[in-house]
Amino acid sequence: MIRSAVLVLAGLILAAEPAFPGGIAPSDKRSGLAEMGPELQAMQRDDTAHPGMLWVQDGADLWARAPTGGAPACSGCHGEARASMRGVAARYPAWDARNGRPIDLQDRINLCRRTHQHVEPLAYESADLLGLTAFVATQSRGMPIAPPEDPRLAPARREGRALFEARMGQLGLSCAICHDDHWGRHLGAAAIPQGHPTGYPLYRLEWQGMGSLQRRLRNCMSGMRAEPYPFGAPDYIALELYLAERAAPLPVETPALRP
Amino acid sequence: MARALINLPKTAKAGDVIEIKTLISHPMETGFRPGPDGRILPRNIITEFLCRFEGEEIFRAELFPAASANPYLTFTTTATRSGTFQFTWRGDGGFDQTETATVTVA
Amino acid sequence: MKSDHGAGAISRRHLLAGAAGSAVLVTLRPAGAAPANRTETTESAIRRFAGDAEIRSGRVSLDLPPLVENGNTVPLTVSVESPMTEADHVRRIGVFNEKNPQPNVVTLHLGPRAGRAHVATRIRLADTQRITAIAEMSDGTYWSASADAIVTLAACLEG
Repeated sequence: MIRSAVLVLAGLILAAEPAFPGGIAPSDKRSGLAEMGPELQAMQRDDTAHPGMLWVQDGADLWARAPTGGAPACSGCHGEARASMRGVAARYPAWDARNGRPIDLQDRINLCRRTHQHVEPLAYESADLLGLTAFVATQSRGMPIAPPEDPRLAPARREGRALFEARMGQLGLSCAICHDDHWGRHLGAAAIPQGHPTGYPLYRLEWQGMGSLQRRLRNCMSGMRAEPYPFGAPDYIALELYLAERAAPLPVETPALRP
Repeated sequence: MARALINLPKTAKAGDVIEIKTLISHPMETGFRPGPDGRILPRNIITEFLCRFEGEEIFRAELFPAASANPYLTFTTTATRSGTFQFTWRGDGGFDQTETATVTVA
Repeated sequence: MKSDHGAGAISRRHLLAGAAGSAVLVTLRPAGAAPANRTETTESAIRRFAGDAEIRSGRVSLDLPPLVENGNTVPLTVSVESPMTEADHVRRIGVFNEKNPQPNVVTLHLGPRAGRAHVATRIRLADTQRITAIAEMSDGTYWSASADAIVTLAACLEG
């Protein structure tokens, strides 16, 4: 569906100097949570009022439910997620030695389904994949994002940075132009955040539901009038790797809530 | 079954005013919005929320398309005795779901 | 943003969206998302709720964020000064909008069992507008409050 915004740019973006060379000073680093008004911050912080918890609770049920065919539930191998999954989301994307490539948390869940549960992967953006991923990531809430120092991840991370800084689409923008150089300013009335993926999957009011980081990246690409990569493309994993390094050590917020 | 989250104190003193928070998973499709094919999506909303305590109605809400997706309602009641709350959401397409929660009043 | 205006004083003021003057980027909702023709006027919906009764300003508090970050989900809290006894309580609270396709937002039915007349919910606002809450008391009087909300548009929408 074409529902893209019509974007009209003034000359400001092309003329401005970056606020900090290569990105954001460590002391300035902050989550998009800080850009929101007090009402939405309160909505994120209160689990009994947070609509994203509807998905997290679904994920908790899925964690404990064995698939048909006799294979174990997630909990059959991993036990209590509260203990076994604590800190996992903080270090993803990570290297998958079996396939020789970096994978994100939702890929990890789907690989686990295929390899150990012998069932089909869950579809991208399906309620089940979002719920299970959010449930796992919620176990890391409050922990600092801590990307692994695995040298095998370095090439993809470099590629992610190059993608982040590359101009793309009909507007000739890049991720970096908004989120490195102009964070704290406004696009229309909306504050430009630094763009740290601290709380995915998250509940976005614009979506009226939960969505993944890949869905958010697709939105940004549409906003730049670039053709989004298909879900699951390695370009997203590369971007996610760079974004995790760029966001560290901000704390994991899953499930975050954003406008 | 739609996922519902209900939050209230497990225990209360008689005479306490307690707060009950409810959330339910529902798209609340307004009936005013075009779908991917450009045609208006049919309305699919929850039209009524009802809270009863031991069978007696204590709070009711009529909802309209202006209620947000995944409707949230917070209200209060005076704790009188131990018992069960029944929460019922009804809406378009025969939507009808009831959840329960108990409170112990000392 | 809180204010107290009787329903009779509902104005048709059109507030300008915030920060328009400093915008580096203009976001337009596609025509398909614009509100359809209204099904009913706000005045008519209010009269269906309150009949011919006089609606006085006061006793009702209505809280909305003055600057709405996304009109899909706007936290709204309404409370009414009332002892909430058998003899003196709030029976109903009607909430009405000015610019959504339909004027009703929510209608709440309360009674003395509520203990307090205090309800929170989340609503949709299609545009910058005034919201009005009207309480019907057990003595048959009607009281109201209104609040203005400026609705901003998200900078990056779904593609």
